[in-house]
Amino acid sequence: MKEAVAGTLESGDIFVRIGPGEGLQIDLQSSVAAQFGRQIKEVIGETLKELGISDAHVSAVDKGALDCTIRARVTAAAVRSSGKDVWKD
Amino acid sequence: MRNSKVLSLEEAIRRSGLKDGMTISFHHHFRGGDKVVNLVVDCLARMGFKDLKLAASSLSDVHSPLIGHIKNGVITGISTSGLRGELADAISHGLMDSPVVFRSHGGRGSAIANGELKIDVAFLGASASDELGNACGVPRSENAKSICGSLGYALPDARYASHVIVLTDDLVPYPNLPAGIRGADVESVVVVDSVGDSSKISAGAIRDSKNPRDILLAKQAAKVVINSGLFVDGFSIQTGTGGASLAVVKYIREEMIARGIKASFALGGITAHMVKLHEEGLIGRLIDVQSFDKVAAQSIASDPSHVEVSAVEYASGQHTGSATHALDIVILSALEVDTDFNVNVLVGSDGVIRGAIGGHQDTAEDSALSIIVCPLLRGRIPCVVPKVTTLITPGKSVDVVVTEYGIAVNPNRPEIAERLKAAGLKLVDIKELADKARSVIGTPDPLPFGDKVVGVVMNRDGSVLDKIYNIRD
Repeated sequence: MKEAVAGTLESGDIFVRIGPGEGLQIDLQSSVAAQFGRQIKEVIGETLKELGISDAHVSAVDKGALDCTIRARVTAAAVRSSGKDVWKD
Repeated sequence: MRNSKVLSLEEAIRRSGLKDGMTISFHHHFRGGDKVVNLVVDCLARMGFKDLKLAASSLSDVHSPLIGHIKNGVITGISTSGLRGELADAISHGLMDSPVVFRSHGGRGSAIANGELKIDVAFLGASASDELGNACGVPRSENAKSICGSLGYALPDARYASHVIVLTDDLVPYPNLPAGIRGADVESVVVVDSVGDSSKISAGAIRDSKNPRDILLAKQAAKVVINSGLFVDGFSIQTGTGGASLAVVKYIREEMIARGIKASFALGGITAHMVKLHEEGLIGRLIDVQSFDKVAAQSIASDPSHVEVSAVEYASGQHTGSATHALDIVILSALEVDTDFNVNVLVGSDGVIRGAIGGHQDTAEDSALSIIVCPLLRGRIPCVVPKVTTLITPGKSVDVVVTEYGIAVNPNRPEIAERLKAAGLKLVDIKELADKARSVIGTPDPLPFGDKVVGVVMNRDGSVLDKIYNIRD
């Protein structure tokens, strides 16, 4: 697993950086942290779990992304990080 | 000239009789380009004043230096229509010991006129003034440095404040007439380098949108107007500052031309869009309390049927002759609308103050038809919610809510619902809109509000509508 990123800092998007880690550590900065920080971390965690990733350091900068966007960006970053193409395999 | 009132700022302040604890006032016609508030409050701080109450018609990003003056005790009270930027953020986090008092533009006009908001010294920026204080917001000489158009929000201050100081960046020969601020009301005139940066009067809240969602919203809102039953020759209209509510004008224009309908007047904050319709003969008069851009400011300077009105004449709920009482249709934006049609335009969904009441309360209540235009979601932030974060405009004043997921009509306006349905528009229950938003974003966690009151929202009749609590990080 190597450092990889996906997403942008545009409004409505989320920028996700994934790298090696022990256990799952998620650092989140979000423009909607007070109301949705907990849910966003849950979505990131669930998405990684579905991809079979349990050890990673995720740092994410969220600009109000919806769950579908969060899943897509986390998946893309994870694929780039692990080299395992979940869409092809 | 004989009897000239021109003084230095310090001397004008000394002669005003201003004392610690008194109330000073300002207008916000230069919006983000305002230079008067910071200049004057810096001067008052240097002169050693403390415990002053600042009564502004509104405050914006440019006024963040007030944070320092609040911390050092120069300013201990604020009343305003709105707050934005760092100052709003600091106040939301509990900067001040006494809460900010928020009033609508009409509510502020009423409060000044009836003595509830007593102004000791008004500091009023003007683009031109003569030596006796006849002052206006439009250029009157080749040396003019600024233009802001209507001085509507400054006119109650000029009339009712105990002492009035005009600040101008262009002193012109007497008589500078006609002038909204009359020399008879003015005690001193101060010449400064700049009262404001006119290029910034259309900054901030006002955007000309190319966003496809805003365009969709605008088209839907235009259909509501056109089919409301009020779209008849001689109707009157006002639009707010959101991208979509401004764009509505464009689509209404096309239909006015197609049907041969003309409006009698447009009211409120006047924009280039409204000026264009007026110049095309589609709108008879422009009644202007605030020129929202340079085109509007230039129009009021040269066009006798584009008239300046004070905040009292514009939207006072306590003066039956105010213009809102003659208004047919108003199109407004919102940060949040709830399932009781209550609207919030002041406090963001993160609990931080980020807006202004403006004329929202006034026009929604007095108009024959008030239309709120807002998207269902802004990013992950819902605009249609079960309950607004802060109550600004009560639901009984709000008639129609237009979103990209459907149009909701207040149940107390069944005749409007019938007309829109007959025109084939898709109406939805506002609760369905709130549910739709929730289904996409989930249920938000409650905001971390503290127990310190940082803001009090006044209704336009002078009663308290809601309180704003401090937000914790």
